[in-house]
This record gives sequence, C-alpha cells and structure tokens, in this order.
Amino acid sequence: MADIRLIEIKEDILSDNKDLADEIRDALRRHKVFMLNLMASPGGGKTSLILQTIRQMKGAMRIAVIEGDIDSVVDAEKVVKEGIPAVQLKTGGFCHLDASMIKLAINEIDLTGLDLVIIENIGNLVCPAEFDTGAHKQAMILSVPEGDDKPLKYPMMFSICDVLVINKIDYLSIADFDMDAAKERVVKLNPGIKIIEVSCKTGQGIEEWTRWLEKEIKIYRNAPAS
Amino acid sequence: MHELSVTESILNIVLKHAQTNGAEKVLTIGLKIGELSELVGECIQHYFDYLSKGTIAEGAVLEIERAPIVFACTECKNTFQVSLSHTKDFTCPECHGAKVTLISGREFYIKDITIS
Repeated sequence: MADIRLIEIKEDILSDNKDLADEIRDALRRHKVFMLNLMASPGGGKTSLILQTIRQMKGAMRIAVIEGDIDSVVDAEKVVKEGIPAVQLKTGGFCHLDASMIKLAINEIDLTGLDLVIIENIGNLVCPAEFDTGAHKQAMILSVPEGDDKPLKYPMMFSICDVLVINKIDYLSIADFDMDAAKERVVKLNPGIKIIEVSCKTGQGIEEWTRWLEKEIKIYRNAPAS
Repeated sequence: MHELSVTESILNIVLKHAQTNGAEKVLTIGLKIGELSELVGECIQHYFDYLSKGTIAEGAVLEIERAPIVFACTECKNTFQVSLSHTKDFTCPECHGAKVTLISGREFYIKDITIS
C-alpha cells in the first residue's frame, strides 16, 4: 500500500468567490460607486422597494440596477420604465447570485458618473446569505404577511445583514404579526442591525430608508481608499 | 440550494492542493461546516461523485464536521452553545444579557485531505 499523507489545507471553500467579490469592490471603488445587495423572499417587495428608491433618489443620484431572476425580464422592464439602466441576469435555476455573475453584470454597466448600484438578489432567504456579491452593504426585506417567526427559521440571513426593512406595514392591522417580537428576535441575532419599517404601497417609511442609504453612500465616499 | 456550485469550489481547491503535493489519488476530504449553514452533506457527496469523475479525486470520501453555533456574551464574557432547534433564545444563560456575538457556526472551509 502506498503511503497515505495528510495535507492540511484550511482553505475557505468560497475563497474564489470572495477574491472575485474583492475585485468587484476594487472596480467600484475606482469610480466611487456604492453597491447594495438586496435580499428577501419571493414576493417580499424587492422590486417595489427598488422602484420607490429610484423615484425618491433619482433626482440626486445616478442609479443602476442588477436584476437576478431564475427566468423572465419583467423586473428589469419595470426599472427601465423609470429611466434607470438595468441588467437582467437569468440564472436558469440557480438559487443565488455570486460574484462571478455580478461581474458579468458590472461589465455591462458604465460605472463612470454612477453613484449607486442595487442588486436585486434571487427571492430566497437561504442561499444568497452565503455568497459575497461584491456589494458594500447587505440589505434584506421581511414583509409582514411572511410572519414574525422568520428570524428563527432563517437565522443566517438575518445575522449577515446591515439593514432590515420590514415591508407591508399597511398589513399590520389584519396580520398576526408581532412587531416587537420580530424586532427582538432580529436584534438578538444581530445586535448592530438597523431596522426600518416601511410600506412600499403607501410610501410610509420610505424616506427613512432613503436617508439611511444616502448616509451609507456618503460614509463610503468619504472613506479613504483601502 | 447551492450545493452544486459549492461542490465545484471544493473540487477545484482539493485538486489544486493534491497536485501541488504530487498526489496520485485523493482518499478523503475533511470539511468543516458551521451549523448555521444549510448545506446538506449527502447532497455535496453526491455532486462530488459526479463532478470528480475522471480526476484524481474520484471516489474520495467527504468527511464533514459540523461546527456548533457558539455565542459569546459581551457583558460577562461567558460562551455558550445553542442548537438550531432552540434558536429562539440567544440570551446568555449566565447573566441573561442579550448582547451576544456569534463566534462559531458560520465555518465553511476545507480542513485537510488525505492523499496517496
């Protein structure tokens, strides 16, 4: 029997993805473009929040959107209607967007003069949490009809996000949703997270959301290049 | 789930290290995966068997060690383990403080390989 050797590796399985994500951040940094990764369940309101954000901010900022979907271009069409460039990534069954896919999309976007890129990730609370996309901040939406127990069921997603948008608060009066319990569960998983209540339908809370985003963009732009 | 793309990464890393070390065959691959990750071990092995066909890693057995979810209390410095089925309560069992930081549970790396 040939001798058997044990080789220590200790290498992160997703190190290739992480390296590529860092490359994307370098490219964005050269143009001072801020990128936000927006995640949520299907139907949580990702597209609605993006459309609201565009309407509020497009006067002051130049925005582009990367749309991830298993199929169809309906979301990109809605964004383009607002006069904003959009790249649609059709993942053909993939459950998340990773850095290699985002790189393809970034190559299609003219970063010159751009301020903000929003990634609309695949509707899924599991897989997108594990893949660095090259974004600077991670945002997620929990919508009221989904229930206040979601932080218990998908702890990873809630623990990696910088901001949680609780959407569809116009449903609160008819839903079994305990806002205090939901927030408490989230903060226990992630004490530093910012939580913003909104309704993309009525527009309530959207200003607080765009203020948070503007503040983060400002911090990013003023940070010394690393 | 994303086991397929993860398995591709595992195979690439393993082959790289196996070749550097002049391996003829990869026998086992030790993985450390945190309990917070939703990856299914059987699924990774299944994809691995498929992807590794015709390489020196064909037939290698994946040995997955799950790292427990461990928190550290920022107030009393106590560390404590929680199970995924009891994720309702993340308060410190010692001082009941709610300010806790995750120190284990998100691991996702290749520990080692055995080669011949």
